[in-house]
Amino acid sequence: MSERISRDDVAHVARLARLALTDDELDRFTGQLDAVLDHARDVEALDLDDVEPTSHPYRLVNVMRDDVVNSSVDRAEVLAAAPAAEDHQFRVPSILGEAP
Amino acid sequence: MTGASADEMSAHQIAAAVRAGERSAVEVLDGYLQAIEAREGEIHAFNLVTADAAREAAAAVDAAVAAGDEVGPLAGVPIALKDNLCTRGLPTTCSSKILDGWKPPYDATVVTRLAAAGAVAVGKTNLDEFAMGSSTENSAFGPTRNPHDPTRVPGGSSGGSAAAVAAGFAPLSLGSDTGGSIRQPASLCGVVGVKPTYGAVSRYGLIAFASSLDQIGPFARTVSDAALLLEVIGGHDPADSTSIPEPVGDLVGAVGGGVAGLRVGVVRELMVEGIAPDVAARVNAAADALAAAGATVDEVSVPACVYGLSAYYLIAPAEASSNLARYDGVRYGMRVDADNVAAMNEATRTAGFGDEVKRRIMLGTFALSAGYYDAYYGKALKVRTLILRDMAAAYDDFDVLLSPTAPTTAFELGAKADDPMSMYLSDVCTIPSNLAGHPAMSVPFGAGDDGLPIGVQIMAPALGETTMFRVAGALEAAAGGEG
Repeated sequence: MSERISRDDVAHVARLARLALTDDELDRFTGQLDAVLDHARDVEALDLDDVEPTSHPYRLVNVMRDDVVNSSVDRAEVLAAAPAAEDHQFRVPSILGEAP
Repeated sequence: MTGASADEMSAHQIAAAVRAGERSAVEVLDGYLQAIEAREGEIHAFNLVTADAAREAAAAVDAAVAAGDEVGPLAGVPIALKDNLCTRGLPTTCSSKILDGWKPPYDATVVTRLAAAGAVAVGKTNLDEFAMGSSTENSAFGPTRNPHDPTRVPGGSSGGSAAAVAAGFAPLSLGSDTGGSIRQPASLCGVVGVKPTYGAVSRYGLIAFASSLDQIGPFARTVSDAALLLEVIGGHDPADSTSIPEPVGDLVGAVGGGVAGLRVGVVRELMVEGIAPDVAARVNAAADALAAAGATVDEVSVPACVYGLSAYYLIAPAEASSNLARYDGVRYGMRVDADNVAAMNEATRTAGFGDEVKRRIMLGTFALSAGYYDAYYGKALKVRTLILRDMAAAYDDFDVLLSPTAPTTAFELGAKADDPMSMYLSDVCTIPSNLAGHPAMSVPFGAGDDGLPIGVQIMAPALGETTMFRVAGALEAAAGGEG
């Protein structure tokens, strides 16, 4: 195995992405992600120092519109689609006291 | 194929007959609903069939015709919608458990435009979860099967939409294409599939996978029907800030335009490694057919194409890891309760996402993380520049480019399920157009050694749809002539 991503790396990004993985999943995902990153080795050989990055197919500039009040989606309909709502707001479990 | 009489009619013919009062939209719809009834259990193209709502919509079209009111260009034409397109009040799942129970509070722009054109939505089609996959096996609701051979996959991620048209469940459907998710299943199912120029079709209400790559586009049995559908859904939308101002043009008119004088380049790099010999043979036959129809055909090199796959499988997961951060159990779909918010987020996402989505979220998070950003994501963005540059150079000498759509015909269910990298290779020919933002489409052109359909991909520069449809029309005519 090429070890482009370690088991610890996978555990770390899973934590960042709020995903809990079992030991078996960690092993399996590490091998699979390593294979994908290993495929990207063809790009490593390219000299890209003088190439500008492209994050979007077009050089779009900001799109502006007149500052006019428009109708929006219905608040009650939005809240009705949430797992829990209260007093016109999304309801969530306790935030204070959680681990940093 | 079903052989139902409505199934034999093109979308053009259905709309003309309904507008003239020669056929009722309800009667047309019933023919398709019977086809669905007969074979959907085997194919599983749909997550949801909306028969009652469709009957109401069809009856409204018939009432408008009877009243002498103006009805649209798709009057009474049934259409299936990929289940990542928001439909107000109707479940929209992305084939993921995490959106369980969610009903969008608004319609996607394409859904609104279809309704205004008189089209009749028959249901929401199955897909790889959040459009991540090339076989429609990554669905929380089970795989879709290829109507030509139910032991094979339909391709993906828009496999349900491709299968719905191939099985005669609807004459038209919509998919989305981030790295080939319309064109590859179109090839495997023997139908026409189009990825328009990035920005040509509004993405408002398309649930985001990779925002700089995603595009909505049509599936149809004929090139002209695909052109008609793209004319209806295309054009500027103020609700999507990436929507471009240019209209899509007269695509239906372009279909019969012929290819005399057009320069067609067969992409050398997409005809070699990993491409099955029977697929390459069909692309060569297509090139010969276009030459016989009056085009100038030559080979062209687009060197950076070979790096597209590597760049795509860093860029798309990076964007996905950001886009899918919103599924946190707070605002939509399912929630797994826990003592605090962070634990609730993690429990919800762990239970709600399937393996492929988790893989891509982790891959994208890794590619964007400190220490790896420059080596992976940064380099991938530079490769995107190289692809744009090499394709622009190719379009200096050629009007369109030709390649296989997919490396092989439809593969067996389960064949690549445990090997994500081999699955990703399915997209090698389709990815460059997404990275470049260019239009591309797949047109059926005969069959492989196994008798299964093979599609040929036509690529064009940004806003080159009319030229692309001229070539597609000529290819379709040549395929019919081969008999």
